[in-house]
Amino acid sequence: MPENKNKDYLNYIDKTAPKSPMLKNVLLAFLIGGLICVIGQLIGDFYQKICGLDTDSMRTAVSVTMVFLGALLTGLDLYPKIAKHAGAGTIVPITGFANSITSPAMEFKREGLVLGMSAKMFVVAGPVLVYGISSSVVVGIIYFLYKVLIGG
Amino acid sequence: MQYLNAFWVGGLICAIAQILIDKTKLTPARILVLYVVVGAALGGIGIYNKIVDYAGAGATVPLIGFGNVLANGVKKAVDSEGLLGVITGGASAAAGGISAAVFFAFLIALIFNPKAK
Repeated sequence: MPENKNKDYLNYIDKTAPKSPMLKNVLLAFLIGGLICVIGQLIGDFYQKICGLDTDSMRTAVSVTMVFLGALLTGLDLYPKIAKHAGAGTIVPITGFANSITSPAMEFKREGLVLGMSAKMFVVAGPVLVYGISSSVVVGIIYFLYKVLIGG
Repeated sequence: MQYLNAFWVGGLICAIAQILIDKTKLTPARILVLYVVVGAALGGIGIYNKIVDYAGAGATVPLIGFGNVLANGVKKAVDSEGLLGVITGGASAAAGGISAAVFFAFLIALIFNPKAK
């Protein structure tokens, strides 16, 4: 029975695969993710209090700056080194979004600047944009109908 | 105080993602997609801005904040432009982050080569 064989194999894998040290992973994700947000807060306070940006511009400026830092640290091969320990702590912040674009862009440069680097840079960011922008359109439709029907 | 709030809220959002990765075998790309959609939904019903008020960058730096920016943008555009805002609002509000990500990734990838593994 191939099904049984499969089950035995999966059981075997479960028993022999090293247990991922989940508590340690979660703690590191918490610490490093939190730290990246604190850096974002520092940059935001700088833009708001020293450069005098309003809140909306400040938030955009923080995103742009964090994206730049994420891309630069990826280029210098530092971000992957932090990510090895931090897991989601480096994936979830917007620096991780920058990393997810920069990393395949570098990787596929050897396949050409158009169909290599520029096409492959969206391998993770593409889905994020597809679902993000589509969600925003859905939110917009619901909000528009809500305003028309209820007059909010 | 704002720094402490940014730390623990941002950290918690990342820790939840780590638990999802460890427990459900969701890939990082799926986590990012999930977070953007959740952010757009929470932004759509107007809850997430309250978390942003409390945690500052702890709420805006994680990718949920990107979804929230998309939702806030589309609502603002519907207020000012009506139906057309449904299409233009989200991407306009997120334009800074998207353009920065594309351009800086392009620039960095031109300058740096991947490390040999």
